[in-house]
Amino acid sequence: MSQHRIIIEPGRENNNYWRDIRKYRGLFYFLAWRDVLVRYKQTVIGVAWSVMRPLLTIVVFTFVFHNLGNFSAGESIPYAIMVCAGMLPWQFFSGAFSEAANSLVANSNLLTKVYFPRLIVPASTVIVSLIDFFISLVILGGLCVYYQFVPDWRIVFLPLFLMLAIVTAMGAGLFIAALNVKYRDFRYIIPFIVQFGLYISPVGFSSELIFGNESVPQYLKVIYALNPMVGVIDGFRWSILGDGTVLHWMEFGASCGISVLLLFTGVWYFRRMEKSFADVI
Amino acid sequence: MIRHEGRERYVALRDVVSNKAKSLFSGKRELTSSAYEEFKALDDVSFTIEQGDRVAIVGRNGAGKSTLLKILSRITSPTKGRIILDGRVASLLEVGTGFHPELSGRENIFLNGSILGMSKAEIKSKFDEIVAFSEVERFLDTPVKRYSSGMYVRLAFAVAAHLEPEILVVDEVLAVGDAAFQKKCIGKMQDVSKSGRTVLFVSHNMSAVRNLCNKAILLQNGKLIVQDEVEPVLERYLASNQTGQLTGNYTRPDKKQSDVMLSSAAVVDAQGEERNAFEIIEQVGLKLNLTCNKPVPNLYGYVVVKNSNEEVIIESDTKDLPPNALDGITEGNTTFLLTIPANTLSVGEYTVYLSFSSSFAADFSVETPGDVLRFAISDSITERGHNRRSYTSVLLNWQKK
Repeated sequence: MSQHRIIIEPGRENNNYWRDIRKYRGLFYFLAWRDVLVRYKQTVIGVAWSVMRPLLTIVVFTFVFHNLGNFSAGESIPYAIMVCAGMLPWQFFSGAFSEAANSLVANSNLLTKVYFPRLIVPASTVIVSLIDFFISLVILGGLCVYYQFVPDWRIVFLPLFLMLAIVTAMGAGLFIAALNVKYRDFRYIIPFIVQFGLYISPVGFSSELIFGNESVPQYLKVIYALNPMVGVIDGFRWSILGDGTVLHWMEFGASCGISVLLLFTGVWYFRRMEKSFADVI
Repeated sequence: MIRHEGRERYVALRDVVSNKAKSLFSGKRELTSSAYEEFKALDDVSFTIEQGDRVAIVGRNGAGKSTLLKILSRITSPTKGRIILDGRVASLLEVGTGFHPELSGRENIFLNGSILGMSKAEIKSKFDEIVAFSEVERFLDTPVKRYSSGMYVRLAFAVAAHLEPEILVVDEVLAVGDAAFQKKCIGKMQDVSKSGRTVLFVSHNMSAVRNLCNKAILLQNGKLIVQDEVEPVLERYLASNQTGQLTGNYTRPDKKQSDVMLSSAAVVDAQGEERNAFEIIEQVGLKLNLTCNKPVPNLYGYVVVKNSNEEVIIESDTKDLPPNALDGITEGNTTFLLTIPANTLSVGEYTVYLSFSSSFAADFSVETPGDVLRFAISDSITERGHNRRSYTSVLLNWQKK
C-alpha cells in the first residue's frame, strides 16, 4: 500500500512529476492513437490529404520562386527538391506547433475531470504531425525518382534534424499552449505565427540568398539566424541535397541554440502554469 | 486510508482573469485585492478515512463537495493544508470523460479506460465484462456519435464501473440511465465497496447514499460540519436543508385580511401537544386554524403530504367523501384536526401543503397557504428501523390460523 502513498500539499506536486509521466505513458499512446484515428474520419480521400497539401504548395512555390522569380538552387539540384526539403519540415513544424498550442483548450474536458501530467496532452499531438511527416516523405521520394536525384551519405543525419524540428515545435507549442489556457488571444496569434513564419523561414528560397549575399546587412543576417526554423530547414537541405549546399555552421548553431532554449523555457513555463490549468481553463 | 488536514483554497473567479488581462493590455497596474472578493471553497476541512470505508459526502450546492473531490483527485491543487492518500486513486467525476464522438464504442472503451487510469492489459482482460455490462454489443463498431444517449451513458458507466483502484472517488454520476440500469450501477458499486476498497461518494440521492455508504461527511459553506455514521449525518443534513425554515407550527405572516384564510397551523401528537418529531407508531395530527371573514359557498380544502423527494404520499381533500366539512362554515375561527394514523408514513421528513378554494373563488378572496408545516418520522422501535425501504410503515401482523 505505502508505495502508492501520495501527499498533496501546495507546492509539493513537483516531486514525482517525471516518474508520473512514465507511469502515464499508456495514456500518451492512447491520446496519440485517438488523434491519428480521428484525423481523417469522414473524409473522402483521407490520408492522401497529408500528401496533397504539401505537394500543391511545393508546386506553387517552385513555380513562383523558380519559374517566375528566377531563383536557383544550384546547378545539380532541381528547385522542386530544394523546396520539398524545406516544405516537409515546415509542414511538420506548423502542424505540430499549432496542434500542440491548441491541445490543452481542445482537451479541456479532460483537464477538468481527470488527473494526469498535463505535458502528455501537447506531447501526444506531435505524434500525429510526425506520422503526417513520414507519409509526406513519399513526395520527396517521388521527386527524387522524377528528377533522377540521389541523396548522398549525409541523408543518414536526417533523423537528427527531425529531432531538432520536434524540439522546436514542442518548445514553442508548450509555451503557447500554457499561455492559451489563460489568454485566448493566442488562438488568433497561432495562425498568424504559422503564416508569418512561412515567409521568414527559407521554405521557398535558400538560406544562401541571405547568408551568401553581400548586400544583406550583418544585423539582418543575425536576426534571420535567430529563427529556429532556419536551422531546421538548412539542416534538412544539407542532409538531403548533399554536395550542392553549404551549411553555415555558426548560424546553424545559433538556430539550434534557440530551439533548445525554447524547449527548456517552454517546459519550465508549462510546469509553472500547470497547477492552475484546471481552474483557469 | 485517506488523511486530510486543514486546508483552504482560493477559487479564482473568472472575473479576476479577465480583469488581469484587461489591466495587462490597458497598462493599468493598480489591481488590488479590493478589486475582487476572496472566496474560500474549502476551509479547515480535516478528516481521516479508514481503509474500506464507503464515505458519502453530503451538503447543499456550493458546499464544496466537488472542490473537495477535485483536490483529492489532484485536478486542482490546494492553497493550504495537506492530504495523505495511501493507495492508488481513481476519480470518476463525470461519466464518459474523453469519449470521442467519432470513435467506435470499442475504441472508446480503450480510450476512456486509459484516461481513467487503467493499463491496456487491464482493459483487455475486462473488455468482455465491460461490453456485457453496457448492453451495447451490437453497436460496438459504430461511432458513439450515432448512439442513443442512453447507450452512450451505459457504455461510459460500464468502463468506469470496472475500475479497480484502492480509493475510488465518485461524483454524482449514478443518476444516469433508466431505472433498471441505475439499479445495476448501484449493485456494481456495492460489489466494489464489498471488496474492501475505499469509496468517496458525492450524491444528492439519499437512497443511493443509504444503500452504498457506511459513513458520511457533511459539508456546509466549505466547512466540515460533522463526520459520523450515515444516518446521523443525513438527519443533520436534511434538517439543515429545510428551505424557508418550515417547522412544526405556522402562523400567517400577512396582516392583510382575506375572506378565508389559514391563520395558524401546527403538528400535534395524540395528546394535542405541539411536536414535530414522531415515531412510526404514533399518530400525527395536523391542527388547522381557519379564519372566515365572509362565508364562501362551496369552500373546500386540499392537503398533500410530501416526502423529502417531493413525492406525494398523501393527497386528500374535503370533497373526497361527502359531507364537505368546509362547506358552509360560518364567520369566525374554526379549528380542524386532520389525523394521519399511526404506522402510515415511513421514516423521513414530510412537508404539508395546504390549499383552500371554492368553485366561486373568483368572487371571493380565498388563500392558498402552500407549504406550511414540516415534521419528521423516525423508527427506533422496530428491528428493521431506518433500513425499511417502503413508502409506508404499515406493519403486517403474521397471524396464525
